[in-house]
Amino acid sequence: MPPVQPTPIDPRGPRFGAAVTSVVLALVLILGPGVPALVLLVIQTVAFALGSLIGIGAQPYGIVFRRLVRPRLGAPRDLEDPRPPRFAQTVGLVFALAGLVGLIWAPVLFYVAVGFALVAALLNAMFDFCLGCEVYLLSRRVAGHPLGSSGSGADA
Amino acid sequence: MTGLYVVVAAAVLAIAFGVCRHVTDGRVRGAGSRSPRLEAADLGTGLGTDATFVQFSSAVCAPCRATHRVLSKISAEDEGVVHVDVDAEARLDLVERYGITRTPTVLLLDGTGVVRHRIVGAARAPEVLEALEEVAARRAA
Repeated sequence: MPPVQPTPIDPRGPRFGAAVTSVVLALVLILGPGVPALVLLVIQTVAFALGSLIGIGAQPYGIVFRRLVRPRLGAPRDLEDPRPPRFAQTVGLVFALAGLVGLIWAPVLFYVAVGFALVAALLNAMFDFCLGCEVYLLSRRVAGHPLGSSGSGADA
Repeated sequence: MTGLYVVVAAAVLAIAFGVCRHVTDGRVRGAGSRSPRLEAADLGTGLGTDATFVQFSSAVCAPCRATHRVLSKISAEDEGVVHVDVDAEARLDLVERYGITRTPTVLLLDGTGVVRHRIVGAARAPEVLEALEEVAARRAA
């Protein structure tokens, strides 16, 4: 494993954040294309962007968790590497941006992108699902090959 | 109304997928008879005389650390068993060769380097021990 270990975090923080994200995204979908949904989705996109681009410590829902929720809970059983939840924020950011584009240009894209972001957030909140474990290696495998080199025609 | 349907569909999909994963994750599966061998040279470290755990991990994977703890403990208690933790990103050649799709994935090799079992998802100690016994029994037979 890599020798550099970033400061570990309370794993309940990202899970709390996923629950808040689920509620926000569900509201966005139920409101449907319009100004209220746009405002909520922009807020969610900014939250993803802070968690992804700056770090999990800057994720607003994580800050709420540390300030308001964690003081009321006991100590966590163990601490967690911040890189997996940060990767999940990055994936969330991509879907939220697609949702914003869809909100303006194409309602179908809006429903599909925000719908998938909601699936990921619900899985994270309910099952502690690790999005990075599922997607990261596949994305590396694709990135490690020029497009088409692993296709069916390559070994002919 | 469309939005409400999407929310319900997303919830059903998430619950179905989550429950399915909860049941299947970390289960030990046989690797089949034509499974390829892994050589010590592939890993850059010696194989265990009885068995070797080859764990594929990545930095963005929290269950990899739990799996690492389970397998380190088991290999520490048995000197014939070696645990190798591979950074999947650094060894895409092995990832391709063994068809690893997500982390953590563990290949359980017998003493000669043949892949006998495969564990996808966070490993469960009792099942790992059972598989280890099976590999040892096959060797003794």
